[in-house]
Amino acid sequence: MTRHETISNPETVLPATPIALAPERPAIDLSSGKYLKLWQGPQHPGITGNMSVELTVCGDEVVEGKTHVGYLHRGFEKLMERRSFIQCFPIVCRVCVPEPDFNEYCYAGAIEELAGIEAPIRAQWIRTLILEMGRINSYLMYLGGQAGALGLGVVGQWTTYVRDLMLDRFEELTGARIYHMFILPGGVRDGLPEGFDGRMEETLREIERTMADVDEVMFHNAVFKKRTKGVGVIPPELIDAYGVTGPNARAAGLPNDVRRDQPYLVYPQLSFEPVTATASDMFARSDVRRRDLLMSVDLIRQILADMPREGALMAKLPNVLHWKIPRGETYVRGECSRGEYGYYAVTDGSGFPRRINVRGPSYTHAMALLEHLIPGTNIADVAALMVSLHTYPPEIER
Amino acid sequence: MRTLLENLKERFPLGPITEQRPDLVFVTVERSGLRPLLAHLRDREGFTHLVLLTAVDWIEENLFQLTYLVHDRRRGRDIGLRVLVPRDAAEMETIHDLWPTAATYQRELREMFGIGFPGSPRVDEEFILEGWVDLPPYRRDFDTKAFAEEAFAHRPGRETHDPATHMRERLTAQGRAK
Repeated sequence: MTRHETISNPETVLPATPIALAPERPAIDLSSGKYLKLWQGPQHPGITGNMSVELTVCGDEVVEGKTHVGYLHRGFEKLMERRSFIQCFPIVCRVCVPEPDFNEYCYAGAIEELAGIEAPIRAQWIRTLILEMGRINSYLMYLGGQAGALGLGVVGQWTTYVRDLMLDRFEELTGARIYHMFILPGGVRDGLPEGFDGRMEETLREIERTMADVDEVMFHNAVFKKRTKGVGVIPPELIDAYGVTGPNARAAGLPNDVRRDQPYLVYPQLSFEPVTATASDMFARSDVRRRDLLMSVDLIRQILADMPREGALMAKLPNVLHWKIPRGETYVRGECSRGEYGYYAVTDGSGFPRRINVRGPSYTHAMALLEHLIPGTNIADVAALMVSLHTYPPEIER
Repeated sequence: MRTLLENLKERFPLGPITEQRPDLVFVTVERSGLRPLLAHLRDREGFTHLVLLTAVDWIEENLFQLTYLVHDRRRGRDIGLRVLVPRDAAEMETIHDLWPTAATYQRELREMFGIGFPGSPRVDEEFILEGWVDLPPYRRDFDTKAFAEEAFAHRPGRETHDPATHMRERLTAQGRAK
C-alpha cells in the first residue's frame, strides 16, 4: 500500500472564500483607569502548559488577549540541522510531550520518502497501533484539563488513572512511558510482547467504563453544559482563515480527517467515520473528542484483530553513520488528537537534514485563533476556552 | 494534479516543478507572481488551507527559499510554492490579508531568519526570543555552539567528555594505563 493514497472527498466543502481578519477595535487607553492588564500564565493553573496570555480586561470582560510563547523553546529544528538522520530520531519525540508519537511517525515518513525506503507492512500496523494509543492518552489528558478548568476536578483524577494504564501498555511495548522512541526511519523497534492483546483489551474495557462515568459526571452535568454551550464558538468561515484542523474543525461540521482524506499507514483497511458536530462551541469540541476517543478504542481492537503477527519489522537501511540522502523536499502529515501534524523536510545530498519544519496544530490554534476568539469573553471562561482548543505549546515554538 | 498544473502554466509563469507524490507538487515561482497565484489557488482551485509557511537557508547560493504549502481539502492534494529571495535583501510581500494566520508565520520568520514582511501585523514584536541582538538564529551562519559557549558559563562539577576520547580512555589498555 502506498502512503497518502488520495481519495476524493466531496463532503468536505467549505463556505465561500474566507477572509476573516480580526475586527477593528478602538485603541485601548490603559491610562484611562478603565482597563487592567492581567497575565494568565506562565505560572497559572488555568494555562495549557508553558505559555501565557496577556489579557486586557474591562471589568470582567476581556477586550484583548495576546499569546506569549518561548518558555519552552529548545530549538529542535536548528538542532536537527547539525545531526545525522538517525541522531535526529531520538530528538523529535521531545517536540510534543503528551503525544510524541506523531513526531516520530512524520519524521520517519518524511525521511523514508526522501531516501526511497518503505517500512514493512507489519511495522505499518504497529505504527498505527502506537498512534491510536497515543491519541487516547492525549484525549484523556484533555478531558481532565477541560473538566478541571470548570471545577470538575474528579474527572482529571479518573482520566489520569486510565491514562496510567495505557502508559503501562506503552511501557511493555516500547520500554518507555512518555517518550517512546519506537517508530524510527525504516520501521519500528520491536513487535508486540506475549499476552499484549489480552492486557490491552483489559485496558480498553477500563477506559470504556471510565468514559461512561465521565459521560455522566461531565457531559450530563448542568454546570458543565451551562459554561460550555454557546461559548467559544468558532464560526465556519474562520476554519480556513486561521488554519483550523482536527476536532476543532470537525466540531464546526467539517468532516475533515487526514486518516480518511489522505489515508496513511493502514487506515484504508480500518473501518471508521470522522466524528463531527455542528455547534462548534466548547461543548461540541469536548463531545467530538470524547467520541473520537471511543472510536480510537474501536480502531485499536480492529488493529489487534487484523494485524499480521509475522514478518519484518524494519526495512534495510544504509549504514546509518554514513547515511546521505539526495537533494529533495517533502511534507508528510498525520491526524493527531489536535489536528493536522506534519513535517516539512528538506535534504541537500549531505548526511544532515538541510531543514526540518514541524507543523503542529497548536501553532495556529493557540496563536492567531485564540487571540481572535478571546475578545468579548469573560475572564472566568478564558482558561476553559484555551483548553477547549487543545493546544500544546512545545509544538508552537519547537 | 497534471491538469491543474497545465492550467496554471497557461495563466502564470511557473519555474521548475517537482512532482514529489501524486498528491504533492512543489513549484518555483517568481517573487512578484506569488500573490496572484496564491489567490487563484485559494479562490478558484480549492486550495483554501494554508498548511505552513517556512524558509530554507541556501547559504551557498546566497538565497532564502520561502515555502508556502497550500492544501485542497476537497481533493486531498497539496501544492508547495517555492519563492527564492536574496539573503542580503531578505524581504517578501505579506499574505496576511489572504490568510490572517500567516501573520504568525511571518512574525516567526522575521525573528528566526531575519526575513522582512512589511505591513504584516505585529511582525516586529518578539515571538519566541527575548531581547535577541545576535544574528537571526535559524540562519545557517549562526553558530549555536559558539553562541552557547560565549553566552553561558560552564557549571563546575558537570564535565562533558568527547565520546570518542572518553571511550578510548576507558576501554583500551593504553587509555587505562594513563
